[in-house]
Amino acid sequence: MSTMRGYRWLGWGALALGFAFLYLPILLLMLFSFNSSRLATVWAGFSTRWYGELFNDRALMDALWMSLKVAFWTACASTVLGTMAAMVMTRFGRFRGKSPFGALITAPLVMPDVILGFALMTLLVSMGSIPGFPARGATAIWIAHVTFTLSFVTVVLSSRLQELDVSLEEAAMDLGASRLTVFLKITLPIIAPALMAGWLLAFTLSLDDVVIASFVAGPSSTTLPMKVFASVRMGISPKINALATLMVSAVAVAAVVGWSITSRAEKRQQRDRQLARQDAG
Amino acid sequence: MKAAALKRGRPGLRSLVVGVPYLWLLLFFAVPFVIILMISFAHTQVGSPPYTWLLQYEQGAFSLRLNLENYLQLVRDQQYLLAYVSSFKIAAISTLLTLVIGYPMAHAISKMSPSTRNIMMMLVILPSWTSFLIRVYAWIGILDRNGLLNQVLMKIGLIDQPLQILYTPIAAYIGIVYCYLPFMVLPLYANLVKHDNRLLEAAYDLGAKPWQAFMRITLPLSKAGVIAGCMLVMIPAVGEFVIPEMLGGPDTLMIGRVLWGEFFNNRNWPVASAVAVVMLLLLLLPIVLFNRSQQRVLEGRAA
Repeated sequence: MSTMRGYRWLGWGALALGFAFLYLPILLLMLFSFNSSRLATVWAGFSTRWYGELFNDRALMDALWMSLKVAFWTACASTVLGTMAAMVMTRFGRFRGKSPFGALITAPLVMPDVILGFALMTLLVSMGSIPGFPARGATAIWIAHVTFTLSFVTVVLSSRLQELDVSLEEAAMDLGASRLTVFLKITLPIIAPALMAGWLLAFTLSLDDVVIASFVAGPSSTTLPMKVFASVRMGISPKINALATLMVSAVAVAAVVGWSITSRAEKRQQRDRQLARQDAG
Repeated sequence: MKAAALKRGRPGLRSLVVGVPYLWLLLFFAVPFVIILMISFAHTQVGSPPYTWLLQYEQGAFSLRLNLENYLQLVRDQQYLLAYVSSFKIAAISTLLTLVIGYPMAHAISKMSPSTRNIMMMLVILPSWTSFLIRVYAWIGILDRNGLLNQVLMKIGLIDQPLQILYTPIAAYIGIVYCYLPFMVLPLYANLVKHDNRLLEAAYDLGAKPWQAFMRITLPLSKAGVIAGCMLVMIPAVGEFVIPEMLGGPDTLMIGRVLWGEFFNNRNWPVASAVAVVMLLLLLLPIVLFNRSQQRVLEGRAA
């Protein structure tokens, strides 16, 4: 049994090293955002001057606003389309054209950004001759982002829909509810936490993308990652450290809040299910 | 029978639910690839769009003109060939490193109690929810000549001269492994956590040592997870642009950078298209393999 314990320690060791690898760079980045020196790797005392400079950077703030708008509408559209696609994959059985549909859903998960961005740009530019069609700019970025985030949302929702007890939906249908009513009254409330998770995933993916946005944005519109990329290409910029600290903090808070909400919702569902089973028994 | 009942519904609604995402993906994901295939056979021209149409109307007849020059250029100019080889090499080595780091993590987490497991997995995923760019950027301050790693190594007396790691391929490897690690751990964990512990107990009862049990039971059973994880890392890594651009320096030749350069610097859409088409063809087999395994997961037919 002592070798077993040895192996357990090995596991803990691997995990500790892995987490150190994952978190140390981010923590160092955050620490150096409070460095008073412009040399971002030599500590010269505590200062918040970079935060001040960050908020005074008009262009950066405009880009942030643009990114937030695009990410919000991307997440909304992706969640709606992703829910439809996940229902098709898990509830619609087989139909003609299902395998290509599945391929269209999963291929964007691994498609390199440069290919997707370049290919979409050629389409948008070709369609640019259609009056009113957004060849470049915010709407073009939105279209591109919905296309690549849609797959991720579909995967999240499909896995939730599979776990879901189909007998609940069947019971409602046996009682005469239409397919749409079942979806709205039974399925949707149960998958609500997964919808939230999918929405957030699409939001962060959109907020994070630099390559695809660069291809389709055109000269007049700039997103936050494009702006950040342009400035870090030149090397270290403490302003970006300050921005990073704020973003990481926001994500950490959102993750903890989101996680506690979903875990509480899941616990409640489990309890309800148990109560229902007891009532039935 | 029940499943048949579930499938019943208003046909109009049904085709709407299938049709909207289907059309979206066809138009914005499938059609663009047809277009780049077309452009890859075109000539460059000055104007908008900066390429010629394949079908030309001349003297009352349509003529189809395929230009193979763009593809010939990829073969003739060594630079492209080297970039493809180097991309696959960098991606393969990074994937292997990610597997070596990620497998023990996923394995250790899968052995924990369910509540700890969830927290641990959240900690694995959390960094990937923060900006990718910023995570790559974080390594500049660490790997720089005057960076933190060199400072620490010199202070403890391991080296006298600062190491040049930043702007070399090594920095690109570190960046790729760092950014893609969660994508390896995730599918591995999902696979490992489903394993039936009784199999291992039976092996121990029969006198197997832990590493024997691991090699003969856990590892073979986790094959699907290993494949999914490796594909999730390798395919996007082949086309990676941001990491080699920010950390790799000029010596890190990758095809994603070549494509970017052809489009943004040379404004040569036909060659950029040819580069993309060849990259896609090379990635087709891994993508199809990934799609197969993923569709089984999506429909709940996973092994």
